[in-house]
Amino acid sequence: MLNMSLHVGSTHTPEAVLFWAMAPLAVLAAVGMLLVKKAVHSALLLAWVMITLAIFYIAQDALFLGIVQVVVYTGAVMMLFLFILMLVGVDSSDSLVENIKGQRPAAILAALGFGGLLTSLIGRAVTHTDAVGLSLVNANGNVQTIAQSLFTQYVWAFEVISALLITAALGAMVLAHSERKHASQRQLSVDRFRQGSLGATAGLPASGVYARHNAVDVPALLPDGTPALTSISPTLEARGDIIASEPFTLSATEEEED
Amino acid sequence: MDISNYIYLSAILFTIGAIGVVVRRNAIVVFMCVELMLNAANLAFVTFSRINGNIDGQIASFFTMVVAACEVVVGLAIIVTMYRSCRSASVDDASLLKR
Repeated sequence: MLNMSLHVGSTHTPEAVLFWAMAPLAVLAAVGMLLVKKAVHSALLLAWVMITLAIFYIAQDALFLGIVQVVVYTGAVMMLFLFILMLVGVDSSDSLVENIKGQRPAAILAALGFGGLLTSLIGRAVTHTDAVGLSLVNANGNVQTIAQSLFTQYVWAFEVISALLITAALGAMVLAHSERKHASQRQLSVDRFRQGSLGATAGLPASGVYARHNAVDVPALLPDGTPALTSISPTLEARGDIIASEPFTLSATEEEED
Repeated sequence: MDISNYIYLSAILFTIGAIGVVVRRNAIVVFMCVELMLNAANLAFVTFSRINGNIDGQIASFFTMVVAACEVVVGLAIIVTMYRSCRSASVDDASLLKR
């Protein structure tokens, strides 16, 4: 594998085939990342772009970086992303409401201008330069060369970045840690009596009480016939799985019949 | 194939990432677009390393990956904290200073 990647020259045909097969797909996946609605789909498309880049690294004599890309990015980072997506909620899709008027078209226009500028500058700077290639540098093997450079010339940067990594881990722990306060029974009961009304002093009403339908998604009816929204579990309310209790309200005539 | 095609690809991916950062509203997707931009820069590093016949570009790319890992860890922790206080991962909902 290592020797194979060393012999890939600057502009050999197999590499061109590889590039023209993978690069358009990578760009398509990146554009799709912007267009798909669900964050999970974005994550999968990003994983595809990252794998493509890993293949390009290996094709460009950067075997070590290609493997690190797969392990760190598509392995660790994308797993972390998916983990947070599961935590925050898969359905947290984008809102299409614009807070700032005309921000979206302006942003796209500015970004396209930026891309055009970047591309034209690159076109002037690097086109038709002859690549030196890494076959001479990588003669002892890519990993060995990187290790040699990393532990001699860049050893200070390496140490600093290890400190950064430890700090980041500690920072994440501090940020994500939450003190969960468990109030005592006594405190809870005092709180119940000190709130505005004494309506929920004996606990929240059970769902479906006095309504003609006693399922958990139907609010209970108060003695005056109005639905008690506190009787529904907050989870059901967040999901929008509440049935309006009006159809299940006992009307005055029905009561008389009974 | 000209070797500068890799640089063009890198520029295109970087631009797409920049559009995503500005346009998308979901904090996690915004974050993924930042990752895309970092990846595009890495590709440029590796390609320049090959053009110049010098290993330093790959070292820089390696350092970028480590910094990106740090950034993801802290950023996702911030998103989780934001979600805990606002019950939403949308960047529009984190506007407490405005009100």
